Amino acid sequence: MPPDHRLANEEPAPNPWRVLARAAMPRATRGQLLTGVLCAVLGFAVVVQVQANRADPLSTLRQDELVRLLDDVTRNGEQLADQVAELRGQRNDLVTASDGDRAARDAARERAEVQGILAGRLPAEGPGIELVIADPGDEVAATTLYTVLEELRNAGAEAVQLADLRITASSYIVDAPGGVEVDGVLVESPYRWLAIGDPDTMTTALGIPGGALAVVRNAGGTTSVTPSDLVQITAVRAVDAPRYATPVPADEVG
Amino acid sequence: MIALIGLVVGAVIGLYLDPTVPVGLAPYLPIAVVAALDALFGGLRALLDGIFDDRVFVVSFLSNVVVAALIVFLGDQLGVGTQLSTAVVVVLGIRIFSNAAAIRRHLLKA
Repeated sequence: MPPDHRLANEEPAPNPWRVLARAAMPRATRGQLLTGVLCAVLGFAVVVQVQANRADPLSTLRQDELVRLLDDVTRNGEQLADQVAELRGQRNDLVTASDGDRAARDAARERAEVQGILAGRLPAEGPGIELVIADPGDEVAATTLYTVLEELRNAGAEAVQLADLRITASSYIVDAPGGVEVDGVLVESPYRWLAIGDPDTMTTALGIPGGALAVVRNAGGTTSVTPSDLVQITAVRAVDAPRYATPVPADEVG
Repeated sequence: MIALIGLVVGAVIGLYLDPTVPVGLAPYLPIAVVAALDALFGGLRALLDGIFDDRVFVVSFLSNVVVAALIVFLGDQLGVGTQLSTAVVVVLGIRIFSNAAAIRRHLLKA
């Protein structure tokens, strides 16, 4: 540490600027020379240090600082790598979830369409047949017509319409004066059936000897079957939600 | 005047030679520079106080540099080099400020 340069309060101080100016006069005294040399060393050192610091700030750090720096950088890198892995996992989860959601939605929509057609809730179209049973004498019994329906179902009819009524699994046909009663509605001759399914199979099934149409003809009715590439079944039926039956939870099935 | 010329000459030599700091000396050079600056300001203040003595200045300059470097060296050996060098810089900085304040009072009377 340098020696103390205490204030000299005893004598009145001369004008400090004059003191400076006198000291600045170039005189080849020993003090001036020594001071000059020391100042040169100082300037040299300052410049060298500044240059070194500017060229490579890390090179002037000591070892433990460098080690700490390296530790910090390594720890930062590890944290960032962890974050990357975490975010990537989240992204994968989200992608998988959205895929699963979409698949579930597609499956649900498909199932809804299939069940809507089977339950008679949705209009349907496709290849099928048109079957007209004329019974002017009201001699064909409801059971005979029901046999026709059963035959259509056996032949693979997927949607059936009788007159303006959609025929479903719960439909019934009973005798009534002047015709038959279908699901509570009176239907009169001629009975016009529309069925969607394989036209050839249904035509063949209806026409076999001793089959449904033969019974109708024996009873006194006339029949005509017209296969078509496009049969449109527009009648729909409102389906009530089941009051008593509920689905079995999935984990108890099987 | 010779001091100013010496400062400039030293800086020019440093710029011209552009030497690299030896690795072993790297931690001590900045501390030594700060210590020398402290001695320089102390000398300037002594000059204005009218008690400047070239012998005292040279001794204070050299001892300042050596002691500062020694303290840092000792700190390095003890494993507290960083903290000790910070301490030295703080102390020298305070001294430089007080010396600069004294010089300012002399020159500006304020």
